[in-house]
Amino acid sequence: MSLKGFHLVFVTLLTTLSLSCAAWAFDAGHPGFGVAGIATGVLVVVYGVYFLRKLKNVSFL
Amino acid sequence: MEIPYTTTARPDTGLYNAKLGIWLFLASEVMLFGGLFSAYVLLRVGAPEGFWPHGWLSVTLGTVNTLILALSAITTLLAWVACKVGDFRKFKMFHAFTLLLALTFLCVKSYEYHDKWIHYEIHLKDGRIADGHLEEQDDQTVTILGRIIPGDQEQLLYDLRSQKNIPKDEIKLDRSNILKMENYGPRHNTFTAIYFTMTGLHALHILGGCVVIGFLWGPGTRMWKTDHERFTNRIEISGLFWHFVDLVWIFLFPVLYLT
Repeated sequence: MSLKGFHLVFVTLLTTLSLSCAAWAFDAGHPGFGVAGIATGVLVVVYGVYFLRKLKNVSFL
Repeated sequence: MEIPYTTTARPDTGLYNAKLGIWLFLASEVMLFGGLFSAYVLLRVGAPEGFWPHGWLSVTLGTVNTLILALSAITTLLAWVACKVGDFRKFKMFHAFTLLLALTFLCVKSYEYHDKWIHYEIHLKDGRIADGHLEEQDDQTVTILGRIIPGDQEQLLYDLRSQKNIPKDEIKLDRSNILKMENYGPRHNTFTAIYFTMTGLHALHILGGCVVIGFLWGPGTRMWKTDHERFTNRIEISGLFWHFVDLVWIFLFPVLYLT
């Protein structure tokens, strides 16, 4: 797997972490942190799509 | 003699030498950290009810460090892309950012360690427990900024969130009244032991990454002119290691800070 492929794994896990943190924060009574978690999750997804488009010609292997 | 497959992929593996090497190394690293995560799970499920710490670590600092590492993963990737398109100036800039972010991470971690090092649990002879950060001490007295907890409510120590209702105060204690005084270092309990072991090992990996990234940013750049493709591969390899270290933190953060 190339750095591109591993970066995609990283972005996926970072999105999962952000959204999980948001769920934790709402449950623990920190709505501000929860909203920030969701915003970060969305931002990471947008970045992921941008990154994939930008490195279209680089191999995953 | 020329070493084969330093830049081109070996036909049977589909990988160049260094990439095969780094993935084998990362597989061994997965086993190392996997063992520690398993140890954490076993220690946690084996802890008596109500005696596993909650709220001992700063979620804010943990979040800041997570964002720092996430950003550093992006700058590593951008440095590799800059190598691929042959933009030396951008490569130097993004690699320098990665190094700075890594050092910032280590500074925040050091602050967290220091905070635990000066945090004391003091058992008094009258049965009460004083818990807080050390302000000053001499031969006769110890002064902490914290709280006094009745001896029969020791469980309050394990959930710092439940202590919020007890006001923090500057407490001056006479040494003759102290039965036992211990900081929140690795030997304090199983939580601090596994916390310092896992985050310490992770911090060592960050430090190792800093050395490699620093070398490739500084003296290692000579290869940019002599063997550009091999140099680009080196940046990819260091990037793979860096992403692995970041991934470990993505698991460490929720496990240690949010549970």
